[in-house]
Amino acid sequence: MFDKILIANRGEIACRVARTARRMGITTVAVYSEADADAMHVSLCDEAYLIGPAPAKESYLRADKILEVAKASGAQAVHPGYGFLSENAEFAEACQAAGIAFIGPPSSAIVAMGSKSEAKIIMTKANVPLVPGYHGEDQSLATLKSEADKMGYPLLIKATAGGGGKGMRVVSSSADFETGLNAAKREAISSFGDDKVLLERYLLSPRHVELQVFADTQGNAVHLFERDCSVQRRHQKVLEEAPAPGMTPELRAEMGEAATNAAKAIGYVGAGTVEFLLDSDGKFYFMEMNTRLQVEHPVTEMISGQDLVEWQLKVASGEPLPMAQSELQINGHAFEARVYAENPAKDFLPATGKLRYLQTPEQGPCVRVDTGVEQGDEVSIHYDPMIAKLIVWGEDRASALHKLRAALADYRIVGVTTNLEFLSTLCALPAFSNAELDTGFIEKHEAELFPVVESLSDDILAIAALHGLLVEQKRTLQEQADSHDPFSPWGIGSGWRMNQDSFHALHWSTESAQGSVVAHYRDGAYLLELPTSECLVSGEILENGDLLADLSGRRFKVAVIRHDQELTILHQGRSWQLTLTDPRLDALEGEAASGSLVAPMTGNVIAINVAEGDEVKQGDAVMIVEAMKMEHTISAPSDGIVKEIRFAVGDQVEDGEALLVIE
Amino acid sequence: MSVIKSSINRKSEQFREYQASMQALVADLRERVATIAEGGGERARDRHLSRGKLLPRERIRVLLDTGSPFLELSQFAAYDMYKNEVPAAGVITGIGRVSGQECMIIANDATVKGGSYFPMTVKKHIRAQEIARENRLPCIYLVDSGGANLPTQDEVFPDREHFGRIFYNQANMSAQGIPQIAVVMGSCTAGGAYVPAMSDESIIVKEQGTIFLGGPPLVKAATGAVVTAEELGGADVHSRISGVTDHYAMNDSHALGLARRVVKTLNRTKQPEVTLRQPVEPLYPKEDIYGIVPNDLRKPFDIREVIARVVDGSELDEFKKLYGTTLICGFAHIHGYPVGIIANNGILFSESAQKGAHFVELCAQRGIPLVFLQNVTGFMVGKKYEAGGIAKDGAKMVTAVACAKVPKFTVIVGGSFGAGNYAMCGRAYGSRFLWMWPNARVSVMGGDQAANVLSQIKRDAMEARGENWSAEDEEAFKTPVKDQYEHQGHPYYASARLWDDGIIDPAETRTVLGLGLSAALNAPVEKTTFGIFRM
Repeated sequence: MFDKILIANRGEIACRVARTARRMGITTVAVYSEADADAMHVSLCDEAYLIGPAPAKESYLRADKILEVAKASGAQAVHPGYGFLSENAEFAEACQAAGIAFIGPPSSAIVAMGSKSEAKIIMTKANVPLVPGYHGEDQSLATLKSEADKMGYPLLIKATAGGGGKGMRVVSSSADFETGLNAAKREAISSFGDDKVLLERYLLSPRHVELQVFADTQGNAVHLFERDCSVQRRHQKVLEEAPAPGMTPELRAEMGEAATNAAKAIGYVGAGTVEFLLDSDGKFYFMEMNTRLQVEHPVTEMISGQDLVEWQLKVASGEPLPMAQSELQINGHAFEARVYAENPAKDFLPATGKLRYLQTPEQGPCVRVDTGVEQGDEVSIHYDPMIAKLIVWGEDRASALHKLRAALADYRIVGVTTNLEFLSTLCALPAFSNAELDTGFIEKHEAELFPVVESLSDDILAIAALHGLLVEQKRTLQEQADSHDPFSPWGIGSGWRMNQDSFHALHWSTESAQGSVVAHYRDGAYLLELPTSECLVSGEILENGDLLADLSGRRFKVAVIRHDQELTILHQGRSWQLTLTDPRLDALEGEAASGSLVAPMTGNVIAINVAEGDEVKQGDAVMIVEAMKMEHTISAPSDGIVKEIRFAVGDQVEDGEALLVIE
Repeated sequence: MSVIKSSINRKSEQFREYQASMQALVADLRERVATIAEGGGERARDRHLSRGKLLPRERIRVLLDTGSPFLELSQFAAYDMYKNEVPAAGVITGIGRVSGQECMIIANDATVKGGSYFPMTVKKHIRAQEIARENRLPCIYLVDSGGANLPTQDEVFPDREHFGRIFYNQANMSAQGIPQIAVVMGSCTAGGAYVPAMSDESIIVKEQGTIFLGGPPLVKAATGAVVTAEELGGADVHSRISGVTDHYAMNDSHALGLARRVVKTLNRTKQPEVTLRQPVEPLYPKEDIYGIVPNDLRKPFDIREVIARVVDGSELDEFKKLYGTTLICGFAHIHGYPVGIIANNGILFSESAQKGAHFVELCAQRGIPLVFLQNVTGFMVGKKYEAGGIAKDGAKMVTAVACAKVPKFTVIVGGSFGAGNYAMCGRAYGSRFLWMWPNARVSVMGGDQAANVLSQIKRDAMEARGENWSAEDEEAFKTPVKDQYEHQGHPYYASARLWDDGIIDPAETRTVLGLGLSAALNAPVEKTTFGIFRM
């Protein structure tokens, strides 16, 4: 076994690998970018080396630097995690050449599976079933188009070198083909430096079922059962579970055999995943093989009781597989929910920001949180927006689901928009309880998953107003306590008036509504005028920041997290956002960037489709901003003339910055 | 410290009777204030609002820190004067916290006769400035006024305490380092133009504020030129060209936000020169006062019962408790601030006057603010007392009170008659603040006494002429005198003429005094030099 390994990754996976290594008595070496100087993985490892600036291209993708560090630190092996260099054959090769073990398959296996078209040829030979498609070398538009038309729509255009949903487009008609192709190619070239694509029939309601395989250097291969990863958005997994609902032992054996065959066909070593599409008729088709540890591996760990990283380390150090197929057992059911910094209501647009408040559910044998961030950390544009993975285990699917719902309700994040509420809603759908899964699950249940924004109830407004008033009072009292006049009746927040009732008006707004709550000062309380009622409220802000509220005699605790004027109320498992507006402050903020188009998030301008002076129609795509490796089209909000373009292609833009002006 | 032991019976018929009377007075007070607060009536308010302007009280609320009290002054100014058409004299004044500092706010109410200055408006404005000067409070002028009221120009323009004094005060306060900030939210015409021009920093609201020495009508009359108010003296002119204003605001809220920002830059720190204590609420409910104070000024009550509901922990360390017992003197705290309390518990005798003078000397020496609870029919009269030198003893107390430079606060809780008014720090004696309870009366003597004195003089004259004066005739003679005294001694009448700084709910006495004390401690406590005490 190794004494020292280098973890060539960041975030939760780097932390997760480090934990197992530590448990096994292996010293760990971290690498980090300038943006990650204070990151969790850096402090979790025994040593850490700075390898470059924030962009992954200049740090986590710098194979040369990482190898240098590996050598300098005396690491005997490199664990690449997932993403970054994990499926980079050249890196794997360079490691071997340098006498450092690459904790993963041999480079030949990576090469074989890295190209989707090559992989499919190998799989055909190994009798692994494939989805009809075009995997040819001829990448001319004419050929691709005619192949596409032959195959019929809908079809999928995929970057050959791709993964993770990038460089992938579903095209539903012949007319859309060219646009989809161009977008897929553009993303492919920016993500993988290669714009080669393949075409595939797009099955209408398939499930995504993948098999976890493991092979050792002695030629043994086993599978650790399957995972169902059908719940996806933008072709990225959101919720995974193991075992797959409705899986029969026969089908499992059949798919398991196909998967191990696939691994054997390429001389695989280590952890790998063979992804299949499982059609409603029980037929399954090979999609691809991921030659690395998957994000969702913990669900397999939960039901098998095995530590896959431990397996990886053992196999990489030349040991045989710890268990034979016959020794592996499924115990219970596990779910993994990926907590992302993203806005589900805005087509899952990645979000950035500071995790101002972060509370994870209580962990234990049944609840596990794999994360690489903590409160106060920044979710930046540079890396994947996944904040954490929430993994739960139960004796059966129903009890695991029950725990998942509870754990999601206890997960609190403020500062960055997340998909937590979306996940909760999703888990609560009867269709999900009934395991009516397929890869179109989210689209199919759009209506239930994206409910029309409810107007804020009187209770929520009362909580917001009470919190606003108490915070202000507390602030004033604190300021006063620190002054030379600590007890002044001027600073006790009484709002006192001479011979008159006194009140304060709190103005609030949400994305879709705004209003005000008038709070009349009463002795130690406030009488609130709410949209449909009046309510006498009082309360206090507790040590932990929670609000102890009394709403006309109803007493309860509620978490209210405030940042500047923005309030997040977490109450009864749901969260509400609103902004307390202050006309004085708002006016001071100056004239807003009216008539401008603003960047939806921090990123780079990759295309500008208009010139100053051009006439544009509402909805015209005027600019494309790339962020978090996704393209965001900036469309004209109305007809007009382009007055000003403030950025050039390649420029970085900040979230909320005005990009161009259309009048 | 010794705690005042209250001995009232809340269940007694008398308590309930007094309580009902006082509650009725307070209800009447609040009702009238509510009417006054409406300003110039619905039409004027609607017109004001339709122009996108905030009403003056709303402007003040927006200007103040959230939850800040507002110690409004002279709510009854011009009450029942000028055909009762000028509520609050068309200007709202008071103290409130802005960006953590107690400031004097003077806000014109344009819904009341266009915010123009009637004689009482001028008086109220100048009184507010006087309070600001004495207590070193930054002044924020929310200007929205057409200037002097032309029909009453002889009462607003020429004299010492008339319109010009406003700018004199601004210049001199600025000289003393008391910040002067103007927010131009409407007209600032003629003399009014000097309010922003004489300020340290000024803000003007776009399309609302105008500043000019002569308005468009005057320009037309003088030169024949036709200009709009905006062209002549709008925000753009003054912020971009003339430099009369320093900050350009998009609207009222913006302007008030800017004013708050200006206050933040003042670099002032309040450092009270007194020893503070953690405040403690009185032991007894403040509302008891309603049932303690009789509904007839002639009936006595123990002022200690009131003090017990005003001071921290109902604690009062009495001075000379056994001497001159008709005047209660003692040390206490209000909202944590140390005070010397001087309160009437009967008519003033030589002993009580000497005791009072001594106590004022103590407080002046120690730098302790003085609180006078006034309920005095005057000094004792009669041969024995005159011979005992009550005039010189009274003079000692008047001298002490007049010269004491510690902050003084007066609350008239009952009668305020004759020389008692002087000795107990009446209006002429420079209280930082003087408030009246709604049951109080102020006059040179009580209505009955005045009627009796006048009828006695008349009777003597008639009898000297050998004429007879029937009891009915005498009563007919006395009634209008009594009525006149009752009318003119009434708090509404007094307050209308700025003889006080406001009428307060007796139950709020502690709050009002606490706010006043705290505001007063923005100024350093000056050393006192007393005049000659005639021995």
